[in-house]
Amino acid sequence: MTRFLTALLAAGLAISAAQAQTLRIGLREDPDILDPTLARTFVGRIVFASLCDKLFDINERLEIVPQLATRYVWDDAQTLTITLRPGVRFHDGETMDAQAVVYSLTRHLTMQGSFRRGEINAMTRAEVVDPLTVRIHLSAPFSPFLAQLTDRAGMIVSPKAAEAAGAQFGLRPVCAGPFRFVERVAQDRIVVDRFPDYWDAGQIHLQRIIYLPIPDDTVRFANLQAGALDLVQTLAATDVPAAQRNPRLRVSMSDELGYQGITFNIAHGPRSETPLGRDARVRRAFDLALDRETINQVVFGGQNTPTAQAVPPASPFHVRSLAVPKRDVARARALLREAGVRTPVRVVLTVPNNPELRQVAEVIQAMTAEAGFEVQINAMEFASSLQAAARGDFEAYLLAWSGRTDPDGNLWSFVHSRGPQNDGRYSNPEVDRLLDAARVESDVEKRVALYEQMYRHYLLEDQGRIYLWHRKNIVAHTARLSGFVPVPDGLIRVQGLRLSN
Amino acid sequence: MARFIAARLGQAIPTLWFVSILIFGLQLLMPGDPALILAGEERGDPQVLAQIRAELFLDRPLVEQYLRWLGRVLAGDLGFSWRIREPVAAVILAKLPVTVQLALMAFAIACLLGIPAGIASALWKDRAPDWIANGVALAGLSTPNFWLGIMLILLFSVHLGWLPPSGYVPLAEDWRRSLATTVMPAFVLGTGIAAVFMRHTRSAMVQALAEDYVRTARAKGLAERVVVAKHALRNALIPVVTLGALELGTLLSGAVLTEQVFTIPGFGKLIVDAVFNRDYPMVQGVVLVTAVLYVVLNLVADLLYAVIDPRLRTA
Amino acid sequence: MREGRGGYGEGPWRRALRRFLRHRAAIVGLVVVAVFVCCAVAAPLLAPHDPLRPSWTAIRRPPSPTHWFGTDENGRDVFSRVLFGARTSLLAGVVSVVIALLLGVPLGILAGMSGGWVDALIGRAADAMLACPFLILAIALAAFLGPALENAMLAIGISAAPIFVRLARGATLGVLAQPYVEAARALGNPPWRTASVHVLPNILPPLLVQATLTMASAILAEASLSFLGLGQQPPAPSWGSMLNTAQRFLETAPWMAVFPGVSIFLVVFAFNLVGDGLRDALDPRLAR
Repeated sequence: MTRFLTALLAAGLAISAAQAQTLRIGLREDPDILDPTLARTFVGRIVFASLCDKLFDINERLEIVPQLATRYVWDDAQTLTITLRPGVRFHDGETMDAQAVVYSLTRHLTMQGSFRRGEINAMTRAEVVDPLTVRIHLSAPFSPFLAQLTDRAGMIVSPKAAEAAGAQFGLRPVCAGPFRFVERVAQDRIVVDRFPDYWDAGQIHLQRIIYLPIPDDTVRFANLQAGALDLVQTLAATDVPAAQRNPRLRVSMSDELGYQGITFNIAHGPRSETPLGRDARVRRAFDLALDRETINQVVFGGQNTPTAQAVPPASPFHVRSLAVPKRDVARARALLREAGVRTPVRVVLTVPNNPELRQVAEVIQAMTAEAGFEVQINAMEFASSLQAAARGDFEAYLLAWSGRTDPDGNLWSFVHSRGPQNDGRYSNPEVDRLLDAARVESDVEKRVALYEQMYRHYLLEDQGRIYLWHRKNIVAHTARLSGFVPVPDGLIRVQGLRLSN
Repeated sequence: MARFIAARLGQAIPTLWFVSILIFGLQLLMPGDPALILAGEERGDPQVLAQIRAELFLDRPLVEQYLRWLGRVLAGDLGFSWRIREPVAAVILAKLPVTVQLALMAFAIACLLGIPAGIASALWKDRAPDWIANGVALAGLSTPNFWLGIMLILLFSVHLGWLPPSGYVPLAEDWRRSLATTVMPAFVLGTGIAAVFMRHTRSAMVQALAEDYVRTARAKGLAERVVVAKHALRNALIPVVTLGALELGTLLSGAVLTEQVFTIPGFGKLIVDAVFNRDYPMVQGVVLVTAVLYVVLNLVADLLYAVIDPRLRTA
Repeated sequence: MREGRGGYGEGPWRRALRRFLRHRAAIVGLVVVAVFVCCAVAAPLLAPHDPLRPSWTAIRRPPSPTHWFGTDENGRDVFSRVLFGARTSLLAGVVSVVIALLLGVPLGILAGMSGGWVDALIGRAADAMLACPFLILAIALAAFLGPALENAMLAIGISAAPIFVRLARGATLGVLAQPYVEAARALGNPPWRTASVHVLPNILPPLLVQATLTMASAILAEASLSFLGLGQQPPAPSWGSMLNTAQRFLETAPWMAVFPGVSIFLVVFAFNLVGDGLRDALDPRLAR
């Protein structure tokens, strides 16, 4: 009897110990398909952080550091040689080698429906030099290339599993990350378990991670407070003070890589035929009417970092000389007079229907009214607003971009006249030239100088867009969790995380 | 009777066909190109968009898309979700138990609270119990479910720590934890419907109590309770049955806000996410299942009419 | 049928009015509704502050002598916004319900009286409408008609109509089974006459109850629609959208939710009392 009881107790203890080593993470939404080649969402990247290791990673200072690769050498501006870490295994026991890397990169580049193609289409081919060395050939010099390999394009999948599963690979992904896929219940949970043969197993102190999508900020936070979650991704700015006061919680914040801003329709279809679309002075007046710090205080409790560019201060590509403009209603009015437009200038501001952005729009509406604008807010469901923007069916569009490690990912596609996300059809040959030059330049300081020149034309002369602020990645977790390191990309890296009782 | 039921179930087929046409028609009116949404932040690349459209036949005329879809459904295949690429039928089946459990629990709560309150309210018409029942019911009705849900979580989960704030455990796995995770959402949903039941029961009872035969029965000296139970309630139930079928249908098609507050993986969230992501195969699948439920429930309501009042059988 | 106390000269409508006026609860309800309507109409005169004017230095302040109901997330006066919001919300509530009644009730009576394939057609069409998610209809209409309050009311009315179809049909079946109606039909009364004289007055009670209940959901639905770009657009207030916004501040600024919430409750309660009074007054069997 006693022995039976002891056994029972031991079993109970074992269970609670295992439970203690289970980390429950609340996500902002349900990720899409978990295939590194096909995935598109930001929350998906958070899950990949435990499932799929990449050739390179970035650290909290946004420097590129080795992960599955140990080092790299540019043989020339178009040839990159990567040395791989020896002894790495995939979750199915296969060996991660040069063959697998070439397979994965080729898959990213050629697979039907791949979303990685755009990121690495500078690559013409990859070849196996020896089992631990890969050589990649580019069609032209492309300095953002290495940064692409720190994200999904750098994730290496098991060729055997990928071949077997084909397009269904994302239903049971097999990679070389610290955790392996266990199960997924759509819109409910994703479960991953510790992979004992992980190459860096000493850094992994958790048994299991459960990702739970909980879209509502209030609900997610309530779950954290009630102890039903151990860590939540993003907290509403207004909940931060309560979380900071709670002795059982810890909050950590970092500047995100992206920004929120206002895109103007400058030359895209009939709706660009407005004073705002035609005249840079009117756009400048709109900018001068805004008080970024006050909006930040009112809507975000002062947590965001007001900005006037696409890249946050944490990045080495942040242009220091570009100051955040101060509100100046008198100058804004003067500019409108100079432009000879009749006031109030009517502006329709399209806003995706998220509560914070909608409040931002209301504050902007009130502020610009004082300078002689009459803003009409057009709140739209997200998918509808995207389509409206892509078709040029907007005058001004308030939007957010989650950001990329390399500044090119925040700029080229939005500003270049051939940029695929240049919804307002801004076009200036000089800006195009500078953006292209920054793409092939590999020296950081020279690139910053090119971007600085570019901003002078794009913002100071043309006011092609208004950059408002960089949001904060806010992560809140139980005080029992230690070892969390915030990185500006907002991902939750599982290395070093530890739960105490 | 059997023929009547068979005929009514047969009507489900044209209904489903009509629903599927309706949804495809609304797709035509709805803005939001599925390819743009599916492309995510890659949406700027025309090549990517063209590729998605080709893969999902979005570049074909809508009629062709519809016929393709219809052909597959007739062969018993609801297709794949565009967003998560899992079979629609499997996803729906996975959500069915939780949705049904929650709906039935909420419905039971609504009946247990609403119908007795309505009867009491009618019996003590214009007196204190009537006012109290009306006030509580209408307060429940005017409180948004989201609000009530958050309040319950803050009270029972965050402050008292009695109930889990979220998640769902299947009944078969652990019935006690399963009930613990569903009792708050079922209560939130149930109270809203209880108000509807209470108001309808009250109104119908007031009417029935004034009928001649109830008066006669009372005059004959039957005990008040028997009168109420046998005669008045029976007639009062017709609108309640109608409403019951409708409300149960609504419950079974999912309650998105309540599901969201309690993180219950049911139909409501499924359909809303599918619509926002323009995941049309998923939308179609869920709507078809819901339509079947409505047809069946309304059939049940019609059968119940006949049970309650045999004279209606000829109708 | 029994005659009222008013003697032979009194018509049914006059009698109903007299009875209604003696119904105490109904009068209370009517007064409350009237007060809200007056507030809505006279909002510009009554409101102590501009409901749209923000104050960045006074966001989310609790109720005080200057701001009776506190201020909202943009520092606007909640009391003034509740007054102005009454306009949108009362309109949204009443008009949507009227649309739903006008669409649903005739179809329901038709289905109940005709039976056969007409009944089947209407019944299955209503099933189809019920199964079609409101969200899809709302997004499609938003794109098709553009953002305006009228369009939101139309969408809410259309989506609520099937309930009235089902309810009217079910009640009609019950009425038709009554001996006196059967007699009237047997005597060769034309269907429209049976419908208007015998059926409609007798099926009113459940319809009235449902109409007053639907009003509450219509007021709340308006807000979700404005979020989808269909209803009233910001910064114009409505009770529903004030409640929606307040969700984010439930713990930090509860007054933002309490006052619009209480207003909705009062209006819905008052309309329900009026509805009860109406049904008592119109019910020929209820002698007093």
